[in-house]
Amino acid sequence: MLSCAAAVLVLLGLGLALLWAPEDADQGISQKIFYVHVPVALTAYAGFGWAAWKALRLLWTGDERYDLESYTAVHIGTIFGVLTLVTGSIWAKVSWGVWWSWSERQLVLFLILFLFYSAYFMLRYSLDPGPRRQRSSAVYALFGVVLIPISFLAIRLAEDLIHPVVFTREGPQMSDSMFATFCVCLAGMLALAAALYRVELTGKRIDERIRELRELLATEPARQPVLTEVRS
Amino acid sequence: MTGLVADSAALARKDLLLELRARETLPAMLLFVVTALVVFHFALPADVSDRAAGGLLWVAIVFTALLGLTRAFVAEREQGLLDALVLTPCDRAAIWIGKALAVLAFLVAAEIVALPAYALFFTDLDAAAIAGVALADLGICSVGTLVAAMAVAGRARELLLPLLFLPLAIPIVVGGVGATVGDDPAKSLAFLALYDAIFAILCFASFEYVVTE
Amino acid sequence: MSTGEKYLAAAYLVVFGAVLLYLVIISLKVTRLERDLAELTELARRQRAPGG
Repeated sequence: MLSCAAAVLVLLGLGLALLWAPEDADQGISQKIFYVHVPVALTAYAGFGWAAWKALRLLWTGDERYDLESYTAVHIGTIFGVLTLVTGSIWAKVSWGVWWSWSERQLVLFLILFLFYSAYFMLRYSLDPGPRRQRSSAVYALFGVVLIPISFLAIRLAEDLIHPVVFTREGPQMSDSMFATFCVCLAGMLALAAALYRVELTGKRIDERIRELRELLATEPARQPVLTEVRS
Repeated sequence: MTGLVADSAALARKDLLLELRARETLPAMLLFVVTALVVFHFALPADVSDRAAGGLLWVAIVFTALLGLTRAFVAEREQGLLDALVLTPCDRAAIWIGKALAVLAFLVAAEIVALPAYALFFTDLDAAAIAGVALADLGICSVGTLVAAMAVAGRARELLLPLLFLPLAIPIVVGGVGATVGDDPAKSLAFLALYDAIFAILCFASFEYVVTE
Repeated sequence: MSTGEKYLAAAYLVVFGAVLLYLVIISLKVTRLERDLAELTELARRQRAPGG
């Protein structure tokens, strides 16, 4: 079962990261934030990618089912995106003493994506439920996934031409044990996201069905009043 | 294909004629962009470099464009014409092209005033900067029109449009500023062209889904 | 605990906390759904009763 796999992998990853993986020579123990920050970031990307895929399916087939799936995936992606920003900020603080650094490409990219996908929710709240909302949300989700590489290029461009890179972090020359730990952590994070996605999607679908049920019961045709013979 | 071109041209002409008669949007955009530039002069400290001023030009352009985009579908919405427009026997993409062309025309008209004003108030603009503005305009109008169509169907559309548009405009601003004040304008111009190409294709393909019920 | 360790703990705790928060929100939602379902079942029962 998915949530079991998630639980096992996350715990295993946590254990490996904190107890087994070697300490980085330059950065010390704080480098281990890497084992949570990067998997969370990659999982966020996966969420957005999944949302775009479901969005594409919606536009392609017109099957309504995909709308909730895409929406839930965006939601999960955004949550992990926020976590990326927070863990990234903590890492920046411990590495360079500042809570934010414009030279951290990953962080800047996620900031842009956070703004973009927050607007996604605004879009959904602004439109009434129906095919129009489904389609617009789907198109927007597709735009998001295209925006990811474009923004990355833009950030690199901005760095080269306008904002000189102030801080750099040496990508850890990953030893095998580090890499193995990273893979387990990544797998765990992805499994966790998938499990959360499943739960949330089920919740939303039940919500939908209850609403439908409520409507059906409310408009139940009035029953024939029981006729009683009146004999005087 | 000729149908598409003819339809787009007809729709664009319609919007331009409406504006010519009503004269609501363009004067506002012109005034806004010049006012914004003046505000920027007061917002910048005295010893600031030309580079900072160059950056602010792009802020002015993006927000002027937003002004034009907000008005883009207003007429259709106010008179309930959007559905009628969608029912016309033409490729939906023609609606997008026509609308984007109209917005582009307004934006370029605003820039014809804005760029000389900028050169007057701040510093000169070179050919790379102008090219950057041209390329950026294409990106702004194609993406902006699509996003405006999304926003117009909902509540709080004037609030929604900037929220939807600005994150997508960030790469345009980066490219534009790079072309205006960067050391290697060619790179920025190439990036803007890439952005335009990718998003134009995306908008062209997806506009239909945004406007149909 | 060194500073590095403190920040490391903070980063992991944030993620842990987020997942727990999610759990709380989903639990509240499930409770609400259960309540709604009970309400609707009652409604359906009442509608059946007069005719039965």
